Amino acid sequence: MTQVSVFPTPVLPGLRNLLSRYAESTMWLARYMERIENMARLIEVTGTSVHASNLDAGWDSVIRINADEDTFFLRHKVATERTVVGFYITDPDNPDSIVSMARCVRENARVLRPLISTEMWMHLNMFTRWAMDLGPDDVGAGYLSTLCTRLKQDCQTHFGITEGTLYRDQAWLFYLLGKNLERADQITRLIDIKYHTLLPSGEGVGSDIDMSQWTSVLRSAAAYHAFRRVLPEGMTPANIVGFLLKNDGFPRSLSTSLRCVYSVLGSLAGEYRLRHCGPILERVEELRVTLAEQTVEDIILRGLHEYMDWIQRELRLIQNEIAGAFWPPVAVQAVSGG
Amino acid sequence: MSDMKMAAQAAGLFATYDVPDFFCELLNRKDIPPPGLQQVRDRLARFDLAELRRRAAAVEAQFYRLGITFTVYSDREAIDRVLPFDVIPRVLTAPEWDHVERGVQQRVRAINLFLHDIYHERRILRDGVIPAQLVLGNANYCQAMVGLDVPGGVYVHINGTDLVRDRDGRFLVLEDNARTPSGVSYVLEDRQMMLRLMPDLASGLDLRPVDEYGPRLHRALAEVAPAGVDDPQVVLLSPGIYNAAYFEHVFLAREMGIPLVEGRDLTVEDGRVYMRTVAGLRPVHSIYRRLNDDFLDPQVFNPDSLLGVPGLVDAYRRGNVTLANAIGTGVADDKAVYAYMPRIIRYYLDEEPILTNVETHICAEPEGLAYTLANLEHLVVKPVGESGGYGLLIGPHATQAELEDFRGRLRADPANYISQPVISLSVSPTLCPAGVEARHVDLRPFAVTGRETWVLPGGLSRVALRKGSLVVNSSQGGGAKDTWVLAS
Repeated sequence: MTQVSVFPTPVLPGLRNLLSRYAESTMWLARYMERIENMARLIEVTGTSVHASNLDAGWDSVIRINADEDTFFLRHKVATERTVVGFYITDPDNPDSIVSMARCVRENARVLRPLISTEMWMHLNMFTRWAMDLGPDDVGAGYLSTLCTRLKQDCQTHFGITEGTLYRDQAWLFYLLGKNLERADQITRLIDIKYHTLLPSGEGVGSDIDMSQWTSVLRSAAAYHAFRRVLPEGMTPANIVGFLLKNDGFPRSLSTSLRCVYSVLGSLAGEYRLRHCGPILERVEELRVTLAEQTVEDIILRGLHEYMDWIQRELRLIQNEIAGAFWPPVAVQAVSGG
Repeated sequence: MSDMKMAAQAAGLFATYDVPDFFCELLNRKDIPPPGLQQVRDRLARFDLAELRRRAAAVEAQFYRLGITFTVYSDREAIDRVLPFDVIPRVLTAPEWDHVERGVQQRVRAINLFLHDIYHERRILRDGVIPAQLVLGNANYCQAMVGLDVPGGVYVHINGTDLVRDRDGRFLVLEDNARTPSGVSYVLEDRQMMLRLMPDLASGLDLRPVDEYGPRLHRALAEVAPAGVDDPQVVLLSPGIYNAAYFEHVFLAREMGIPLVEGRDLTVEDGRVYMRTVAGLRPVHSIYRRLNDDFLDPQVFNPDSLLGVPGLVDAYRRGNVTLANAIGTGVADDKAVYAYMPRIIRYYLDEEPILTNVETHICAEPEGLAYTLANLEHLVVKPVGESGGYGLLIGPHATQAELEDFRGRLRADPANYISQPVISLSVSPTLCPAGVEARHVDLRPFAVTGRETWVLPGGLSRVALRKGSLVVNSSQGGGAKDTWVLAS
């Protein structure tokens, strides 16, 4: 029998060092897949939660969550189901559309082809070919839910295949970094937009329309049933915000995502001896501490929007610091390396 | 013919197979086939056409899912196509392969000695075996290589020799590929696919395996790394994801377990090559480059190219990194030099060529010119000059006026031409829309050279899918077949 080592060698002999370009692509592959899933979720929930009396109401929130007001209204006069769905699914000129993101996924997957498993590649190959070909005929009102379900399923299949087949080395860690940074970013956007812009004037916090919107937020985050399990009676805005930000058991909460980012950076620093992780770890830890130390009530009292905004800025800084540490611009590295 | 008729009578699949007057790799051979080959014939014959089509469709679907494609550039965008794959294998017997293997090894040996000589003493030019102008004036002759010693004297680490068989089943060399021969990934992938989707055809046969290629190549590239490096880092340098052969680059990097890099991943500092990793710069010792000479280093070659690595040639000249294949190997696979290859083999090795060239008449020589002029209507005439590629004459298809015009050109500039007889390429049964039909095939064995030369058993069999066509190129509607080498 082979002996089981306590500290298994974490690297392949021929690939001791992960190319910077691979790390970058791995991270973006995960981010784009996560983003596609989130987009599909958001569109599906919006499509099913709009008022029966006015099918086009509520679609502008999708634009605001993604902060795309400028680019969207350059192209379309009003936010209707048709224009918003077209913009976010089939518009090849919108970099945030699903066809555009699928193209990015494909390019990153092709770059990573030497690294990823055959199962991952086969699935991504078929998925991206299908998604890049989506056209106006695929997004009609009657098919929207089916389409979004398929998109979500393909993304989840991808995450499942990856979890089950991707070799556990540095590339895997960069993949997790991308996935969790994206999740953290999405959850804060979702909360931010709900809390400050969704509620029509004249309607109060806790009113019927308010609660139905909060239910959509939960559904957009795939959190509805988990929330019911934990707080069956507590459907209040503070409880919902608290759950999405601070619940350690919910896989898409901010605290869970940050915990994962932190531990991944810790592994890169520890197991793989990657210098430059220190300052990034500190930044993540500071985020986690402030999140843990404040109650939701504190956060709401001091300004939920300002807090979400700050977190998003911090997440961008983390992303930039990761890029600077592991795939620095060529000129900079040529000076510092050697 | 009787051989063929017997097979046809035996069976379903080949019942309508009509072999024209060509050597057929499977059904119309000159020899008595060994039991293994007979077994393949019998098993194939029992296949039902509909079943064979079902398998072929499954193979194609699988290749599509796997994205095993080559890129076709149309006007607007690059499209990935699956290389058509024929499920009827081409089978080589053990003696046939032995002959091909020895012939390829001999040729690689001669080519490496030739390249060393023309970049050093130039004995062969002084001895007048090959015109000096043909070598020194060649567009592929690289001044940066003059006087440079490469590890082990190996210039061509990876070589692809294009072979055809004539009406008698003799193997003839059509072309040497001593720069960056491609196609080996199909050989390995096609075998995987055959064993998975046609298991009943190969079952129990003693076939020479092909999956050694990656480890062999890796070992060879490590063997020729600069001296003094214990554990050389080998990388594969690709132009990137938009290159037509990107799939092959990925495949080879994975088979070897080495990083697939692009120019921007590499940097040269103080004459040494490094790759950019998440842990900083890491040394690189041996580069399997799938980038043409012109793109390797903008400081030496094309200054506008962004694909290469500035300073790479300097690092190479200092002996700090090995390039496979070496720079300037294009001289050896040039059409004009090809004509001299039998003499080159005799000159360096004092041996007769094991694999002969297609009979070639060098018009620069009086007897070659006289023969060509006298037999023009039976010959293919090819220009060999630097601007070669066009101006081909196919005698049997030319009009009297065209022949006369060409005679004028030949007399005016004989040194620019060689001539060859039209070869009746061998055929192999191939699944076609109308059933199983004969299609022309060629063969590209791949040789890997480190301390010694190893030849991958078999190689790429390309098949011209259009009826009667002699063009097997993938970009021109050609496909591939699995090449089986019987071990005994």
